[in-house]
Amino acid sequence: MKLKLKIWRQNTRKEPGTFISYTMDNVDPEMSMLECLDVLNETLTEKGQEPVAFEHDCREGICGSCGFMINGVAHGPERATTVCQLTMRHFKDGQELVIEPWRAAAFPSIKDLIVDRRAFDHIIESGGYISVSTGQAPDGNTHLVGKEIADRAMDAAACIGCGACVAACPNASAALFTGAKITHLGILPQGKPERDRRALSMVAQMNAEPFGSCTNIGECTAACPKEIPLEVIATMNRDYLYASCSKREDAAATIAPVAEYSANRR
Amino acid sequence: MSATAVGPRQNRAVTFWQSTNGKKVVMAVTGAMMFLFVIGHLLGNLQVFEGPAKINGYSHFLHTIGEVLWIVRITLIVAIILHITATVQLALRSKKARPIGYSRKEAINSSYASRTMYWSGPIVLAFIIFHLLQFTAGYIHPEAAFVEGDVYHNLVSGFSVWWVSAWYIFAITLLGFHLRHGLWSMFQSVGLAHPRHTLVLKNLALLIATLIVLGYISIPISVLLGIVK
Repeated sequence: MKLKLKIWRQNTRKEPGTFISYTMDNVDPEMSMLECLDVLNETLTEKGQEPVAFEHDCREGICGSCGFMINGVAHGPERATTVCQLTMRHFKDGQELVIEPWRAAAFPSIKDLIVDRRAFDHIIESGGYISVSTGQAPDGNTHLVGKEIADRAMDAAACIGCGACVAACPNASAALFTGAKITHLGILPQGKPERDRRALSMVAQMNAEPFGSCTNIGECTAACPKEIPLEVIATMNRDYLYASCSKREDAAATIAPVAEYSANRR
Repeated sequence: MSATAVGPRQNRAVTFWQSTNGKKVVMAVTGAMMFLFVIGHLLGNLQVFEGPAKINGYSHFLHTIGEVLWIVRITLIVAIILHITATVQLALRSKKARPIGYSRKEAINSSYASRTMYWSGPIVLAFIIFHLLQFTAGYIHPEAAFVEGDVYHNLVSGFSVWWVSAWYIFAITLLGFHLRHGLWSMFQSVGLAHPRHTLVLKNLALLIATLIVLGYISIPISVLLGIVK
């Protein structure tokens, strides 16, 4: 099949980017979107041009490395699919695909389709973990977890941190990501002891990063390749509200946002 | 945006207000207060169908409980100010959060009402100001004299002007859009969501918003059709 790829090319963070169109005559419908870019990059390299930079790792839809906008939709038109799992048969012969990176102040551009997603790492660092003493593995069944809770936690834990929620959100809000992390730990017995502190510090970090604010419109959950439900945002809001009312400790300290120090690094 | 190293003695209410989540809670609570007023006001207005004596009597009753009326008014004004302040601050923040926009962006899941909250809100606010100047203060009352206390006369003469009615119907429809998203969104903001209940809540929000619009616009339509005169 034939395709016209209109791809965002940006050499460095400082240089302005632009769209460049590439025509591909021999796209195998069974290729994935990333394989299609691989083929394009081979031809570009043969011609001595700079290949299109994009992030990828597992190509199985579970690592969260890949992701870009295709025709205005994060990860392309297929629901619950990352771009590495998106096969070209979903497009029409001769179709034009506009491919551009996630756009958010919190995700500064690195090159072409690659953006800096360390803002997510900061949110995880601020509370996306449980504090346990290491040692022997605990006996089985010492923590009883109901099936419903286990399912809800697993649904939230499915988040791969790709950033599609931020990209799809008209406000570039990270509420779905932060909500998923807060929910998946907070509702399990292992995460319960730190539930309040976690909500306070993760929300504080989310707000310290230049993300927008959630307006509950639901674009994120539709773009999410793991279909994280909007409910996790409510869980975050409830945990934050409860923790704000009941907290006894000092306020949470936050880490400097990514946009700032990555700019200073140059 | 710089790193906000929060001081240990920071007031918790201030910290709460400074967070985006806290502001959304404030918006939800103030929105709920305004919604209660919208319901109360509608029930009051619908008395116009029971004749001049009934609605003028109701207006007179409201003025006899002066202090209570002012408590309600001040509460509503504070709610409106908080609601708008939070919105403006969050909107500015969200605008800054995407300095370079997409060349192409599709909405794949959100409702039309939810995407147009920034339009429906300010237009409804402009309408409320006009509406108060017309029917409460009586400064703007085209083509007829405003009579203090004679609510029925003011209402009928006001809505007999076609563009007053048209503007009213337009603004109330936008209020309906605003409520269609706001009524369920407020539950999400304060942390109440459930896969089953939320669906019911969304449908209820649509139903209530539709009923409110129909209830309010029945008045100017009845005046224009000559049912109320």
